[in-house]
Amino acid sequence: MTDLTAQGGSAELPRVDFSGAEAQARVRARYRAEARFRAYGILALAVTTAFLVLLLASVVGNGIPGFFAHGFTTEVVVDRAKIDPEGKGDADTLRAGDYTAIARAALADAVPGIESRQLKKELNSLLSSGAGDALREAVVADPSLVGQKIPARFKFSDEADIYLKGTGTTVRSITETRGIATPSATKDDVTILVAANAFADDVAEIKAELKARADALTALADNRAARGATPESLSELRGEATALMARYTASATEETLDSKTASRLIAINGGVVKAEKITPTSIVGKAIIPLQSTADAAPGTWQIIVYETPEADRNINDRQVTFLERLKAKGQVENYFDLNFFTSGDSREPELAGIQGALVGSILTLLVTIGLCLPIGVLAAVYLEEFAPKNWLTEIIEININNLAAVPSIVFGLLGLAVFLNFFGMPRSAPLVGGLVLALLVLPTIIIASRAALKAVPPSIREAALGIGASKQQAIFHHVLPLAMPGIMTGTIIGMAHALGETAPLLMIGMVAFIVDVPQGLTDAATVLPVQIFLWSDLPEPAFQAKTAAAIIVLLGVLFLMNGAAIWLRKKFERRW
Amino acid sequence: MDMRPLPIETMHSDPKVAAQPARTKVTARDVNVFYGEKHALKSVNVDIPEKSVTAFIGPSGCGKSTFLRCINRMNDTVASARVTGLIEIDGQNIYDPKLDPVQLRARVGMVFQKPNPFPKSIYENIAYGPRIHGLFRTKAELDHIVESSLRKAGLFEEVKDRINDSGTGLSGGQQQRLCIARTIAINPEVILMDEPCSALDPIATARVEELISELRQNFTIIIVTHSMQQAARVSQQTAFFHLGNLVEVGSTSTMFTNPTDKRTQDYITGRFG
Repeated sequence: MTDLTAQGGSAELPRVDFSGAEAQARVRARYRAEARFRAYGILALAVTTAFLVLLLASVVGNGIPGFFAHGFTTEVVVDRAKIDPEGKGDADTLRAGDYTAIARAALADAVPGIESRQLKKELNSLLSSGAGDALREAVVADPSLVGQKIPARFKFSDEADIYLKGTGTTVRSITETRGIATPSATKDDVTILVAANAFADDVAEIKAELKARADALTALADNRAARGATPESLSELRGEATALMARYTASATEETLDSKTASRLIAINGGVVKAEKITPTSIVGKAIIPLQSTADAAPGTWQIIVYETPEADRNINDRQVTFLERLKAKGQVENYFDLNFFTSGDSREPELAGIQGALVGSILTLLVTIGLCLPIGVLAAVYLEEFAPKNWLTEIIEININNLAAVPSIVFGLLGLAVFLNFFGMPRSAPLVGGLVLALLVLPTIIIASRAALKAVPPSIREAALGIGASKQQAIFHHVLPLAMPGIMTGTIIGMAHALGETAPLLMIGMVAFIVDVPQGLTDAATVLPVQIFLWSDLPEPAFQAKTAAAIIVLLGVLFLMNGAAIWLRKKFERRW
Repeated sequence: MDMRPLPIETMHSDPKVAAQPARTKVTARDVNVFYGEKHALKSVNVDIPEKSVTAFIGPSGCGKSTFLRCINRMNDTVASARVTGLIEIDGQNIYDPKLDPVQLRARVGMVFQKPNPFPKSIYENIAYGPRIHGLFRTKAELDHIVESSLRKAGLFEEVKDRINDSGTGLSGGQQQRLCIARTIAINPEVILMDEPCSALDPIATARVEELISELRQNFTIIIVTHSMQQAARVSQQTAFFHLGNLVEVGSTSTMFTNPTDKRTQDYITGRFG
């Protein structure tokens, strides 16, 4: 049995030859294969990283503005007549006061001279419907402010905010030096005459714009025709294009500005006039901000202002842009980090909508989930792994647990609807029910992770404990379970992160409702972060896009924190043996 | 197949032990072990004397470890294992349904092949057994148990300055002596050792062997070993297992100089194994 030949290998078997050309080719092929494999790996990693960076950049880029808001800053006198005319001074009265009126009065002071009802309405619409909230909170917190002059900041509406965030329009201001401008009136209809052909460039620009519009319409019509549209259906488009071309080619020098061309305004004598008709030497328009006088304006003291984006393509009209530009020029516009986003619930007004409701809803839901999942999951895993007899019944249970982990989450939602809401009659939209449903969803994950962690504990530890007279339960609870805990924790936190991001099952149990109030308990109506994101992403107001992205950042932040906690726990409790 | 009960040689090679008549500590009669369909141990009959070292030798898979694990019912943890026959310690049947296997394991300690200290401090490793069996009332008593166990295992001087460091940070030999200290901390009557030196270097092995010889004064020791030199060095009795049969058992000196069975002779002389 032990007859080893001591001659250094067998003569009849082939020996490895490294010097031959074939062998060297084989070595080169092996090196190439290795290099290729490494290149594939790097490529896969690069593609993944690129997508991740793209995703994060997009979310962060869109979301960061969602955390900020623009406000109108000024100093106001907290007028007792407006908020507490009877002088009661108690919190309820102060809370019920009309702080919006104070905000509007302050705005009217900042843009003086607006008299027409229409203009006043448009000016007031720049403020959010919750513009007075911050002041209200301050006054309720400190009633001594009533009657005093204090600095205040009033939140702008979402349209004004979007304009101020720079996505509204480009404003181009040209200081004219070519002539003396003479306005005919200080308000309403104003005609401004200039000596030189100061507006010739503008007329030419408008004509060029008309041609561009006509070309675009023709191209659109051609495109549709190429796709099989009937000439009749395109007649309107083509007619409009022909009309525009006619205006472009006409030698007439008077042009009418409409809401589809860039807006032109004249800032003169402290006022602003929006142009409606323009010739090289005159402008006819309406005053937005009244002029101080009809005196001649010297060259260089007046400007032509162009709002590049046509009025029809904006959410905010020329008059509102003018008001905002005026406030900006006076330094009364402030961009600030909006804590309100974290301290208020949902709202129909994007600038007032916050995620606290969803965040608290998520936390309450996850508390229920972890409170159920951790003990049940870990004990189930311990029983199955350590105590259960290995027979067909436990085998079936094991297979089913693995299958449950793959069941689509919406099915758990329907189960929750049928069992918890319809059979047990639990409240709709409640974190309690949400937590129960998510617990069903996460339980298989935790059981599987816990069993894997228990399996990874070397049997020598069990034997060591049993060998000195520990019972099986003592061996498991004193030695095996503590060693498996980092793995169990990691599995649990990953399961919780999964639950945190889950939307579908919660839709089924009514957590998709519009809920303004922050939930105070497990049975209050609530929503959760991913559902809030889903709800906001569906809303038509453009300002909700930023809010959606901001909520995604918060959700990702919470997920990163949870995963970080998982890594930290694993590192902290990891034991070597 | 050899089925007759084998008489135990009561004469010891060691004059110290031979001075007193050796009392039988462990008795096995017609012990069979099955792992599912496999008949792993076939009708083993043996008497193991008190306060001496008995070595089980034999080639791999011969059933010596299986028999060792029957003596503290560690085979109970293997679902497919089935044990028949009678094993008595001090005349008490250890497979009696009324006997608690956990209490049995407190009386019959075990040291394993691979050192397996708990991933806890050295102190906690020793203190765990006394703690679950309630062997002390005060912290001072526990400290005493820990210190004396470590002293008996010859480890105290080496670890006294780092008693709160992790037991897994010790060297292999120290870990195995820690495991022995952990076992003697609950003061068992019998100590089973399953190839305790197979993972150790020769110097650590020598220290453990020395320790085994010292422990013989107070404990009945049964050791499974692959090394016949080790069996010759530390044991007073040797039992030779082959293919699930207990081939021969007798005093170590007789076994190694004048074996009665041809298989024993072949194994001892290195003809197979």
